[in-house]
Formats: sequence, structure tokens, C-alpha cells
Amino acid sequence: MYVAVKGGETAIEAAHELLAHERRGNPDVPEISTEQIREQLGLAVDRVLCEGSLYDRDLAALAVKQARGDLIEAIFLLRAYRTTLPRFGYAEPVDTAAMEIRRRISATFKDLPGGQVLGPTFDYTHRLLEPGAGSPGAAAEPRTSTPVNEDAVPHVSSLLGQQGLIEATEAARAAPPVGDLTRDPIAFPADRDVRLQTLARGDEGFLLALGYSTQRGYGRTHPFAGEIRMGEVEVSFVPEEVGFEVPLGAITVTECEMVNQFKGSASAPPQFTRGYGLTFGHAERKAMSMALVDRALRARELGEEIVAPAQDEEFVLSHTDNVQATGFVEHLKLPHYVDFQAELALLRQLRKEWTANRAAAQTEAPDRREAAE
Amino acid sequence: MTTAVAYNFAYLDEQTKRMIRRALLKAVAIPGYQVPFASREMPMPYGWGTGGVQVTASVLGPDDVLKVIDQGADDTTNAISIRKFFQKTAGVETTTRTADATVIQTRHRIPEAPLKDGQILVYQVPIPEPLRFLEPRETETRRMHALEEYGLMHVKLYEDIAQHGHIATTYAYPVKVDDRYVMDPSPTPKFDNPKMHMSPALQLFGAGREKRIYALPPYTQVISLDFEDHPFEPTHFEDVCALCGAGDSYLDEVVTDDQGSRMYVCSDTDHCEQRRAAAASDDGAAA
Repeated sequence: MYVAVKGGETAIEAAHELLAHERRGNPDVPEISTEQIREQLGLAVDRVLCEGSLYDRDLAALAVKQARGDLIEAIFLLRAYRTTLPRFGYAEPVDTAAMEIRRRISATFKDLPGGQVLGPTFDYTHRLLEPGAGSPGAAAEPRTSTPVNEDAVPHVSSLLGQQGLIEATEAARAAPPVGDLTRDPIAFPADRDVRLQTLARGDEGFLLALGYSTQRGYGRTHPFAGEIRMGEVEVSFVPEEVGFEVPLGAITVTECEMVNQFKGSASAPPQFTRGYGLTFGHAERKAMSMALVDRALRARELGEEIVAPAQDEEFVLSHTDNVQATGFVEHLKLPHYVDFQAELALLRQLRKEWTANRAAAQTEAPDRREAAE
Repeated sequence: MTTAVAYNFAYLDEQTKRMIRRALLKAVAIPGYQVPFASREMPMPYGWGTGGVQVTASVLGPDDVLKVIDQGADDTTNAISIRKFFQKTAGVETTTRTADATVIQTRHRIPEAPLKDGQILVYQVPIPEPLRFLEPRETETRRMHALEEYGLMHVKLYEDIAQHGHIATTYAYPVKVDDRYVMDPSPTPKFDNPKMHMSPALQLFGAGREKRIYALPPYTQVISLDFEDHPFEPTHFEDVCALCGAGDSYLDEVVTDDQGSRMYVCSDTDHCEQRRAAAASDDGAAA
């Protein structure tokens, strides 16, 4: 007798073997190494370690390879590994003003202390496919100039701040300590620290679309890219038993400060407001989108009317995590036949009743029906 | 990272388990109340049982015997995957027999065999909030629970009756726990709702993605919402199981050809197997 199709253990194992086979592709083509991914697909690696919230380029490269280039799957691999790591404590805040800058641009001033540093960018390239891209000849030794900035490069916002033209940053909070999204479930309304954490590991595509929507009028914030900077910052940590700051190393980050339209009141003169984005690695699109969404989410704090999706804290924060989103969307692949059976039974009953009612109605009033016809 | 990573017993570190156990204790103390907890990323996707897995990992001891079912069956893909996960990370004994298990993790069903004192049933929960589809905002629904403001749910059930002549909820049918909290029984079919009432087993609910845990201590009153003139009615089947002949179990419909032929079989595979084994031994005794 036919027995219901159930997934056997053997079937699962066979499927995973097939996956490994497909991952390798045509064996006549040399296998890609994680070093190659780390060095030559750097931006994919950066996205994975940023949204995976684990700064490790080698593991991120391995995740990209294992996931066959599916970046959300790679992010998931990194996150699942991250939760198993012991937690030693919290690093000191990084000082992005002291960044060793590789790229720094401002759209608000033509020139400014520290200068405009284009760095490695797709901007102003013509998007023409180049078959030679990445081949040895194409990568000439880059031209270097003497570093423009030996000293710390001040933020554009601090230049504006000297004249009081932009709101002051929230004072760094000593107590209560900064929230930790990975140790406490999010509660609404959320404070900006937890909001920024959520956005920092949020899906680039989702944030891009939300940021874009604010530019098209759904919660408009009149942004200017005050500054975008990318480079290396030092991370340091104060171990309790030592009692002073110990540098752990440097990480690459991208920071974006949006300067947004002003607010003022009877008690305070008009000032520009801020939106902030910070990411691990080189992730400029993500940092800009994050800054736009951060500013939109400050609507409540700034007394703006909440009318657009990007301003809606519960909506944005509950749906920005792509590991959560992909899990729940893809769980629809799991069997649901028990619940479906319950729905089927009810639907059949409703249809039976509907047919019976209709037949009853027709036998009751056949004359009227005929007259109408 | 090497391939030979040694994980803690049942995967989660002890600190995390302690955090989850604290949430579980609170949940048991306030039956039906959703306790927020700091859900971890697990090595399986959100929506695939991460809440249930975290709860199971936190209550499991080396002497426990674990059973994992999905849709009532021990051999559905995700049930196999979760069972293997605990075999690998906890090394506990596993079983498919409901009566032999001390911990049963389930998705979408409650076993047909009555549960016993001392057993723990762990539910995987996708959306823990019974009011979610009436009110999408967590800030609002938490307030509604606090004020015991459940009118909206009754209006929804009333509208079902006005529109369809029946309450049109067939699974995840809301219940009232201990005369206080309205609770989502996870998407089990309403057929299973009566089994929750005054169950001798401890029932724990884990929602990983939504970061909530709730519980029914043993012998808790669990009443399915209804109206005096439209009392709660579990789903009835007109057919019996084609394999074991059971007329009182929840049935899966299996389409057997493209001519519309169908057969019905028990969704609870263990229940079906026990009945068939019993029938076979009866036959043997008769012959």
C-alpha cells in the first residue's frame, strides 16, 4: 500500500552530498580558495562580516565559499558561529576622528581640513564590462601621494558644531550602559543605541529601499552627505584585571554622517540634525542607507509626524534582520500538511453548506426565478 | 575555526541555558504570559524551530529520552534534522515512542497518546502573539494583555460566525489560560486543543525569532475561546486511518493518483505504529 511520502534520513544526506557536488561546479575549472575570495571579492566579504556582526575576513570568506556565493546564507553561517563565541566584555568606543583614512568625501564643502580623498571607488567609473578586469595587467601599482593627513581629520559635523549650526551629539552614556541587542530582546520604544545596532547588522537591501523611500517623499528628511569616510580605526579594550586600555588591533569601518534639515523651537535656535551610519568593512551604500534610516527613525524624538514606513520603529526594526527574515520566509518550505488539512476540512464543509443553502433557495422560489428569466 | 569544534552539552553554553531557564521559570509562574528572552542565533534557520530547540537544550539532561515530531511524524525532514542535532550535541537517547520519551519537541501536533506526569512537551512557535493578526504592533498587544482586553479577539470570532456560519479558525485556535491570558497554542490544529487542558505534562513554548517563551504548568486550565450558542468544536473526520483503522486520531490526506483518489492516514506515526503492532499481536494470538 502507498505510504505517505516522508523525508528519510538517507534523502537528507543525499541532498547534502548533491549540494557539495554543485558547490564545486565543473572539476575541470580550478577550485577557488578562501584567500582568493578574501582578496578579490573583498566587498562581498565585507558585507558578510558586517551583517554577520563578526569581524573576521577569513571566516567571512569561508562562509561566502561554503554558501556558494549566497551572501545571506553566508551571513547566517557567520552569525551562527558568532553566538558560540565566549564574550569577554565590551571594547572602548572607537574614535573615527582618529581613523587612518583611505577614503573621505564631503558633499557639503568643496574643500575642508583633511581634504577630499577619493580612495578606491566605483564612483565616476563608466559601467562598461571589461573582460580584462582583475587580470594581472589590469592591476598596475596604484599611484600614491604623500598622506594628506598625518593628524586626526576632524569630522565635518564637528566643524559645523563649532558654530552651533548642527545639533550636538548625544553625550556618550556612562550609565545606564549601552544596550546589547544580542543579549537582550528588543523592546519598543527602542533607544537610539539599540536602533543603531539593529541597523548596523540589518539587511543592506532593505535599508537601501527604506532610505530611498525617504528621498522620494515617504518621510522626507532633506539629507546632505556631510561626510563619508572609510579606513582603519584602532579597537581597544580594558581588561578588568589590568585596568587600562589595551589595543586589540585595527578594523576597517565605513562611517556616514548625514546632515539633515533643521529644527528649532522657541527655546532653541534652528540647527541641522544628524543621521548616522557605521559599518564594519567597506560598505558605503549600507552606511549611507543606515544614516538615512537612522534620521527617519528619530521622528519621535524630534517631534515629527510619523507617516512613512521608514519612520516606523517597530516596522523597520522588526523586519531589517535578513537572517530572521529569510528563515521565516523559507520555513514555508517545511511541511504544513496538518494545518492545511484542518483548512481543507473547513473549506469542504463551508462549500457543502453553501451548495445546500443555494439548492434550498432555488426550490423555495422557482416561480420568481422563472419570471425573472 | 576547525571542524572538530567541541560544543557544550546540548550546544548552548551554560550561561545561555541559565538565562533561558530563568525565562522558563517566570513563564511557568505566570501561565500563558509571553516572557521575552534573549534568543540566540542557532545553527538552523529562524522559523525552523530555533525557539523549541533552545528550550529543549535548556531542559535536557544526560538521562533524558528525547522524541522529536513534526506534523505528528518522527520521520519528517525537520524532525530528523532536530533529532540528529541533539544526538550529536547532547548524545541523549532518542525514541519515537511517545510513552518512552521524557522530553518531546513538537511542531504542529500534540501526540495522540495521553501524556504523563513528568513528561515535558516543547512546542516550536512561529508567532507567539495570538493578537498579532488583529493588531500588528507589539506595544499595543502587550498593553492589551496587561489590561486583559480581549474584546477584539471575540469580535473576530463573531465576525467569522456572521460571515461563514462557523468560527473559521482551524489551527492556532486561541485559548484562555487559567482564566487570565489568551494564548496561541502554536499552529496545532484545533483538534489538539482539548489535550492541553489539565494535561499532567509540563508544556513549554519557545519562539526563537520573536524571542518569547511561555508555558503551561501541569494541570492548568486551558479553554478554547467560543460562545455559548457556538461552542468550540474540534475537527471531526468522516474517514478512518487506512493503515490502522483509527477513527479518533488526526488524519493526513494523501493524494494517491491524478484521478482524485485519496486515502487518510494517522498524522501521529507512533500512534499508528503502536496500533498496528497491537493488532498484529492480537491476530497472532487469535491464530
